[in-house]
Amino acid sequence: MAKRYFEDFTPGMVIEHGPRPVTREEIVAFAAEFDPQPMHLDEEAARHSILGGLAASGWHTCCLMMRMACDSFVLNSSSMGAPGVDEVKWLKPLRPGTNITLRTTVLEIRTSKSRPEMGFVKALMEVLDDDRSQIMTLSTSMIMERRATAESAAS
Amino acid sequence: MKYFEDIQVGDRFELGSYRFTAAEIKSFAARFDPQRFHMDEEEAKRSHFGGLCASGWHTASVWMKLLVAYRKRTAEAAQARGEPVAAIGPAAGFRDLKWIKPVYVDDTLTCLSEVIEMRPSNSRPRWGLVSSRGSAVNQHGETVYSFESTAFIERRPEA
Repeated sequence: MAKRYFEDFTPGMVIEHGPRPVTREEIVAFAAEFDPQPMHLDEEAARHSILGGLAASGWHTCCLMMRMACDSFVLNSSSMGAPGVDEVKWLKPLRPGTNITLRTTVLEIRTSKSRPEMGFVKALMEVLDDDRSQIMTLSTSMIMERRATAESAAS
Repeated sequence: MKYFEDIQVGDRFELGSYRFTAAEIKSFAARFDPQRFHMDEEEAKRSHFGGLCASGWHTASVWMKLLVAYRKRTAEAAQARGEPVAAIGPAAGFRDLKWIKPVYVDDTLTCLSEVIEMRPSNSRPRWGLVSSRGSAVNQHGETVYSFESTAFIERRPEA
């Protein structure tokens, strides 16, 4: 697959990546470091929580999404990062043993008036479980360098 | 943690501070966001960031780490005084997350949370809904990160 530039993203385009298993060990390790609440650390405590059993921190799900996006297309693109995230919905607990798939749908593209060397790619990122139901949805605008800029810089 | 009735719009909490080392920035990036400007000093110098900087998700995760530690400290202090501790429900997500400025090696962020909106829950009478703006300020006084989220906070039980 050739490296993707701003021009290679078109509204309606769908990119899928996965499935990737999520283990109990990684859920607990992330929680111990960044979100040490009982429902992310301990089965017994989690059973009595509102999540009804051990589940990943929502921030862990965001980080797993980012890693899958990197492996899916970001590392092989002209990505310049993202200024933020419009909205994240944690719809279902992410349980140990779930195989997650990332589905990226390009919603909108827009060039930057002030920065002609780059453009914004607005996308919906969906983290799906084994039954392809949504665990998390996230909408964001990524910044991508334009092909002409990258090529003139390289020559 | 305080009950819904003890909280007001405008209340502001300082959660704590955290310094981002190069080793931690790279280790986090290797796991979750291995883009060149989060992984390698030389590559980062040539990028539009101009230097190695933390993944935005690293900043977000550290903010959460400081929130959980802050809640634990305040709950333990309340228990030590013999006061009850209100329960907090999980958030269903967040919105308007902004990575305003890069977080560079050895930057120290002070993380904050401010109450921006409150209402009783119609569906769950034991709970109120509290919306907050989380943010992080670096050692130069610049806000580098912000987001908004809404969580359920327990209402004071009727006496």
